[in-house]
Amino acid sequence: MLEFLWHGRGGQGAFTAARLLGAAYSLKNSNSYALAFPSFGPERRGAPIRSFTKLSDRFIGDRSEISKADYVVFLDDTLFSQSAFNELKEGGKIIVCTKNKIEDERVICIDGVSIALEILKLPITNTVILGAIAAVCDSVELEDLFNAVNQSMSAKLREVNCKVIQKAYDTIKERV
Amino acid sequence: MTREFLSGNDAFARGVALARPHVISAYPITPQTTVVEKLSEFVASGKLNSEFIHVESEHSALSAAMGASSVGARTFTATSSQGLLYMAECLTYAAGGRFPIVMMNANRSTALPWNIYGDQRDSLSLLDTGWIQAYAGSAQEALDLALMSFYIAEHKDVSTPFMANLDGFTLTHTYEVVDIPEQSTVDSFLPAYQTENKMDLDNPVNMGFSAGPDTNTEFKFKEHIGMLNAKRVIDECEDKFAKLFNRRYSGLVESYLCDDADYVIVTLGTIAGLVKDRVDALREKGQKVGLLRIRYVRPFPNEQIVQILKSVKAIGVLEKDISFGNEGTVYTNVNSALQKARLNIASSNYIAGLGGRNIEPKQIDEIFEDLKNEQSVVKFVGLGE
Repeated sequence: MLEFLWHGRGGQGAFTAARLLGAAYSLKNSNSYALAFPSFGPERRGAPIRSFTKLSDRFIGDRSEISKADYVVFLDDTLFSQSAFNELKEGGKIIVCTKNKIEDERVICIDGVSIALEILKLPITNTVILGAIAAVCDSVELEDLFNAVNQSMSAKLREVNCKVIQKAYDTIKERV
Repeated sequence: MTREFLSGNDAFARGVALARPHVISAYPITPQTTVVEKLSEFVASGKLNSEFIHVESEHSALSAAMGASSVGARTFTATSSQGLLYMAECLTYAAGGRFPIVMMNANRSTALPWNIYGDQRDSLSLLDTGWIQAYAGSAQEALDLALMSFYIAEHKDVSTPFMANLDGFTLTHTYEVVDIPEQSTVDSFLPAYQTENKMDLDNPVNMGFSAGPDTNTEFKFKEHIGMLNAKRVIDECEDKFAKLFNRRYSGLVESYLCDDADYVIVTLGTIAGLVKDRVDALREKGQKVGLLRIRYVRPFPNEQIVQILKSVKAIGVLEKDISFGNEGTVYTNVNSALQKARLNIASSNYIAGLGGRNIEPKQIDEIFEDLKNEQSVVKFVGLGE
């Protein structure tokens, strides 16, 4: 099972992205399963929130929160700290939206705000992360992400978000 | 048929919409809110042709549902926790009046202390009100229960209201892939609600009457028989469902690797998924363990429990409930089934997940380890200071 732990702030779309990832993986065929859920309870705009995605090739019985993930992602670098490594499985990766460099081979940085501002005209980085995930995770295909976006986003958001995903994907692929 | 990535609440709402209720009355409460929001959207957009009644409280929600049901309408409502408790007076009215209302309950803790998270104390505290009680294990099962609940409740030999329980948040707000059936298939599965128990100018009947000591026991006996008849109707309903939708459910209980098991965890709701995972993991290590998931707590599966557990050494009933001063209520019910059959096996009770506390995989393993002591004890799992 692949586990994704998302960190964001209320309003940044961390749960929307967690859900799109689950939809992308599980809608591609009938042998793929996913669960996606937010940290439960009251939410406030701007306050830190977490969300979770689990991907597997069999029915997922464990619905509990993820404490150690294959991918720990940060939509907002002000939420990132060294404690992120405690949430990471051995061999896992951390993806951070930031203009800065974090010198650690386990960390992938992407200037998500610039990509989002260029294409969406808004500093919303949730779909940037999806493109970055597709670039580094063999189990997640760009095409499936596009399908999920097309199925669940409104018409005017589809095209731009697919562009964001493609751009983030290309940005990371150029580096590796 | 289409496949969509939906929350438990969304899936249940889709099922209700496919069942085409005439009347929906509801009052919002976390974590039920999104199911009635979704249904109100369907009605507002014209996708669903139902009368959606906004009421001022849960007590009124169920009262309105009874009024609708009393003219022969297919009727739905939904609630959770304190809302369900506020309905308590109307629950016995609906059951005694034999109104086959379907209600979704998002299982949530009860106050005080105030808590919006999931446990099963709300519905389990109301087992004696005369409602069928089912507990879903996944979003797919939630949608399918929405369809089957109307079939079972409205069956002429049952005529009993149906409470479909979904674990708050872990099911209501968790997204997964769900097969959405075609409307035409649902229409051929679910017959129109027909009853003589309605206000009808051509066939007037006396409804909502009083019954004194001379006849009251007979009315209560008939209510009991209606509930017992549900056992047969559930099987019949699931057979028909399997033929049309290619998904088979296992009746009042789901048994997983119990045939040769020495130690079995008995539980209900979505936590059964985690227990199943641990059964698989422990089986790989050679341990003879199994899972018995109770799908229906009313009518209670006495015969199935005895049949499945007759050769095991010890069972542990894991439940998100405590009847203060005694033990978990599911445990009491399971022990009663064992005792009536003179089945003398060690039976322990594990109270967990209260107020939404996470139940960890290693705690399931510890319960299976504890069962090897073959004692009969009541324990709170992961109890802090």
